[in-house]
Amino acid sequence: MSSRLKERLGLTTVLGAVAGAAMVFATVAAFVLAPREATMGDVQRLFYFHMPSAWVALGPAFTCVFGFSVAYLVTGNLRHDRVAAAAAEIGVVFTTITLITGPLWAKSAWGVFWTWEPRLTTTLILWFIYVGYLLLRSVSLPGHKRARLAAVYGIVGWIDVPIVFLSIWWWRTVHPRILGGGGFAMDTTMVWVLMACLAAFTLLFVYLLVLRTHMEGMSARLESLRPSRDEWGGDQ
Amino acid sequence: MRAGLAHAWTITKKDLRSELRAASAVITMVLLGFLVVLVFSFSTEAGSKDSALARSGVLWAAFLFPGLLAVGRSFESEKEAQCLEGLLLCPVDRGAIYLGKLLGSLIFSFASGFLVLIFFTVLYDVGLGLKWLALLGVMFLVAAGLAAVGTLSAAITAGVRARGALLTVLVLPLLVPLLIGAARCSVVLLGPEPWNGLGLWPVFMAIYDVLFMAVGFVLFDYVVE
Amino acid sequence: MPAVEAKGIGFSFGPLRVLRGVTLSVERGSVLTVFGPNGAGKTTLLKILAGLLRPSAGAVRVEGVELSEDPAAFRKLIGVISHYPYLYPQLTGRENLEFYARLYGLRQPKTDARDMLETMGLSSAMNRQVSGYSRGMLQRLAVGRALLHGPRVLLLDEPFTGLDHEARENLTALLRTLRSDDRTVLMTTHDLDGGLDLADRVAVLSGGSLVVDLPAAGLDPAGFLALYDEAVAKGRALATGGQARERGRVGERGRS
Repeated sequence: MSSRLKERLGLTTVLGAVAGAAMVFATVAAFVLAPREATMGDVQRLFYFHMPSAWVALGPAFTCVFGFSVAYLVTGNLRHDRVAAAAAEIGVVFTTITLITGPLWAKSAWGVFWTWEPRLTTTLILWFIYVGYLLLRSVSLPGHKRARLAAVYGIVGWIDVPIVFLSIWWWRTVHPRILGGGGFAMDTTMVWVLMACLAAFTLLFVYLLVLRTHMEGMSARLESLRPSRDEWGGDQ
Repeated sequence: MRAGLAHAWTITKKDLRSELRAASAVITMVLLGFLVVLVFSFSTEAGSKDSALARSGVLWAAFLFPGLLAVGRSFESEKEAQCLEGLLLCPVDRGAIYLGKLLGSLIFSFASGFLVLIFFTVLYDVGLGLKWLALLGVMFLVAAGLAAVGTLSAAITAGVRARGALLTVLVLPLLVPLLIGAARCSVVLLGPEPWNGLGLWPVFMAIYDVLFMAVGFVLFDYVVE
Repeated sequence: MPAVEAKGIGFSFGPLRVLRGVTLSVERGSVLTVFGPNGAGKTTLLKILAGLLRPSAGAVRVEGVELSEDPAAFRKLIGVISHYPYLYPQLTGRENLEFYARLYGLRQPKTDARDMLETMGLSSAMNRQVSGYSRGMLQRLAVGRALLHGPRVLLLDEPFTGLDHEARENLTALLRTLRSDDRTVLMTTHDLDGGLDLADRVAVLSGGSLVVDLPAAGLDPAGFLALYDEAVAKGRALATGGQARERGRVGERGRS
């Protein structure tokens, strides 16, 4: 294979190894290094997976969808569209993890599954937007049209999310009906472990993004080489 | 710029005329709104303490169902006769097409919402007066936001196969801030709470409307390219 | 300066290459007919010339104007008659034309609409909803719509499909009138007989490439048929060859 491809695969593997190692370390840290929380017990350790997942979903993943959507509309380069799509897919996964770990945590901490807490509720809305984005892609025919439609929706979604957060926060501040919502005190070790988990999850995200984008690129290439399709297209 | 606005208005008039002639579509929309009020009212109790809250829910659901239909229709009719292409051949600013369609959807959803509100007022014995008018105003703000986001989304889904409920799925998450605002306002307006309970929500909703109209105006070009 | 000029037009629909390197030019006051089998890319080419699709490569100039430079001027120069009549069924004939007249910025939309309806022989039906028009009336109204703003260039996509003899004659006569009015016509068709009659120049699009491009003078139907078959075969070969080259290139990369 060409040296460039070898180089690229090489880098990706290294990235994967680093991300893997980081995740292992983070998991160990969360279960072993971090002290047992006083009131909640071991269930609190869920937090080390919940928060970083939420961070990835709301932060890098969603911003990538937005950024690369804009990049696509400006440059017309389908590669940007592929990155955006990959980011959305990974984003959905992390959002789902957040939405599963959140209620589990809440039930244990406050006795209810859902507290309409602004961040978690915004994450739920975000989940719908991501899924809508992916659904839109799935019913469009591949190519520039799909990229354009998805890019526009991705951009509108990103603009909307902060506004969603603001509106929920406002609502909850003026009408605080929910219980708890406070946190727990975190000592230094806990903070360090959290940082480690954040870093590990972010690395994992980057690795998955690179991998998934590469896959999208390959499948696009495969499509263009398929001889069985009507070569001369339809009269569009 | 003036030409653009004139073009937008021409398109709005055309849409209104066209839709009103296909009367069944409009009537169905309004009936749907009425039915939602009726059906959902079985799960609320007129005299209970949470009444304003429950009734708010009914009102906005009854507004949204027809509203979403109205917004979907704006590009449905173009698709039917393949007219979007004909429209794009004209020397018309794409933004003007967006505004024209937006205005058309707005008028339709607000008009049907108005009728639904009247039905709602009768069924729930809502007091008429300043608060009622304010409620109508809030409904207008919701209609505007729905039109802004919905027109752009309808254009997006017009270009894909197997549309189904995709438009609704795409629009509703985006409308959450607006709907929270609407609910907050209607709880105050339908209940005993004083006016200052409205807080800044109406302003917030108005800003939302203007923001998304601007966003839609800019991005519409890319959707119909 | 030619009325219509296209240089190196390429277009891909997703992974599929529909047009490759299409270059053509049409002199003012002449008629170019583009023939080609179904799926050759004729409609796509027409849409690109009309400014409805953006080509992945190449540029189009109409009367010297390029779409990206002055979209309004470009669009005013062109009239399109396609498979779809672009008419709103719920509106009357008159309302339809007035609508378009306004969008094209005509100064007297109502008068212009009425005049065009008269020219097309639709005055009696002008206040009737288009959904009630017969096929022939729809056709005439569609033509009226295309010519309403006095375009210098007319693009027609398979205009003779589904027309009866009389309608054909009328359309041909109309196109002849346009030509004598120094206006330009470009049409696509897969009907070898109808298209040849009127053409000043003929071209064949096959496999996404413009394989033939000649003056029509001296071409008789039989001779043209042979030429056409040959062109179609050549076009297909070019297209398959292009694909094979692509695959070969990838194969090389994979191996090295």
